[in-house]
Amino acid sequence: MSDKKKKKLSPTQQEYQKFAQDREPKRPIVLNCVRAFFVGGLICVIAQGIQMFFMTYYHFSQENAGNPTGAVIIIITVLLTGFGVFDHIAQWAGAGTIIPVTGFANTIASASIEHRSEGFVLGVGGNMFKLAGPVIVYGVFSAFVVSLVVIMLRALGVM
Amino acid sequence: MLHGHQSWIFDSKPTIIASAAVGGPHEARGSLADDFDLLHEDIWLGQESFEKAERKLQEQASELAIKKAALKKEDIQFLLSGDLINQTVPSSFAARTLGVPFLGLYGACSTSMEGLALAAQLVDSKFAKHVLVCTSSHNAASEKQYRYPTEYGAQKPPTAQWTVTGAGAALVSDQGEGPKVTSATIGRVIDMGLSDPFNMGAAMAPAAVDTIEAHFRDLNREPSYYDVIATGDLGRVGHRIAGDLLKKHGLEIPEEIFTDCGILIYKEDQPVVLAGGSGCACAATTTFGHFLKRMRKGDLKKLLVVATGALLSPMSFQQKESIPCVAHAVSIEL
Repeated sequence: MSDKKKKKLSPTQQEYQKFAQDREPKRPIVLNCVRAFFVGGLICVIAQGIQMFFMTYYHFSQENAGNPTGAVIIIITVLLTGFGVFDHIAQWAGAGTIIPVTGFANTIASASIEHRSEGFVLGVGGNMFKLAGPVIVYGVFSAFVVSLVVIMLRALGVM
Repeated sequence: MLHGHQSWIFDSKPTIIASAAVGGPHEARGSLADDFDLLHEDIWLGQESFEKAERKLQEQASELAIKKAALKKEDIQFLLSGDLINQTVPSSFAARTLGVPFLGLYGACSTSMEGLALAAQLVDSKFAKHVLVCTSSHNAASEKQYRYPTEYGAQKPPTAQWTVTGAGAALVSDQGEGPKVTSATIGRVIDMGLSDPFNMGAAMAPAAVDTIEAHFRDLNREPSYYDVIATGDLGRVGHRIAGDLLKKHGLEIPEEIFTDCGILIYKEDQPVVLAGGSGCACAATTTFGHFLKRMRKGDLKKLLVVATGALLSPMSFQQKESIPCVAHAVSIEL
């Protein structure tokens, strides 16, 4: 917790939070990093294999093979999410499964499955991007800002 | 009758003539599986939504309790029930099925003891002969509302707890055989400024401590009066904090009698449950299933259950509010 947030707390609250913190198990950060490194790496190795498969057997260029490779990884993730396996892998792997495209696919698939009971329009349609939405909004917005900066720098002759 | 500042003593000793506990798949694999009356392997219970499944859990627990008491629905004057879902719809909808005059409750995970205290009060004051108390929670329905979709792959920290899928019901009556509800302490809302919904144990521990202290102060009792003092759903993290906090405040509860329903309900090595169980059904199924069964057998005579509740909503959490908590204590004796 940041210090700024702590300032609002009364001394009793601060004292208790310190008291409680000393008795809480910490997130095993090093172990989580190691697991994330290997699982994330493994996903990339599999994706590399798929990409090479498309290049060797279907004569895609290296750049063009990226799209079908992403699609295959996404389909596998969505299937694992639907079968109820993905969340268990993710609890173990942490950032290893959430950072690659697998994480993004899982947010959309899991939200869609979850809200199926509220119907296809308000449920699935309305909630599909519940978790992925912010990523898209701020992803697109930051890309827009970066491109503006690039255009201005080019106009000034810096780039 | 009011005793001390915030406690009631029920002079007529209302009796829990029957109780029932229904659980889900993780509870079936937990340590208290034998104490449930009905266990479901399917979290959907054959329903179309998790919310409907939770309603079904309540209906089954209520019907089982009524059946065990050899009564009919018409014999019950009031139903007091609650759960965690928005506008407590599982409770209201289950009450529609039962057709018993209904008062809905919300005290988050403290609802079971809030309900039991009020039921005992209604019976003690002769405002009712038979009152049914029912509380439920459903893991997936709660996750969906409070956190992320069930299948979402976010890593939970070791302090996170697992919402119990289940329902517990108890029938409180002015006469009959069974454990008696002897006193209750209604808790204050305590907020220590914690705001992490993945660490409810630490947020709720001060509320439990406050109510426990109030209980012993009001009733002028020593902790050794009880055979077991069980908190509702502090889990392993909150239980340790509560124990140490009580020691710090000079109230020593012997370790062998101080326990927590969230620790008892699951096995220690059970995957996914992390710090232990939580949810309305945690204290409800453990008390109305496990503890009352032990009392009827006679190997437990004096029990104090302190059900703890975190009074947050998904919106209050997103608006960066801290988590206010409450705990209610009810003593059950043979």
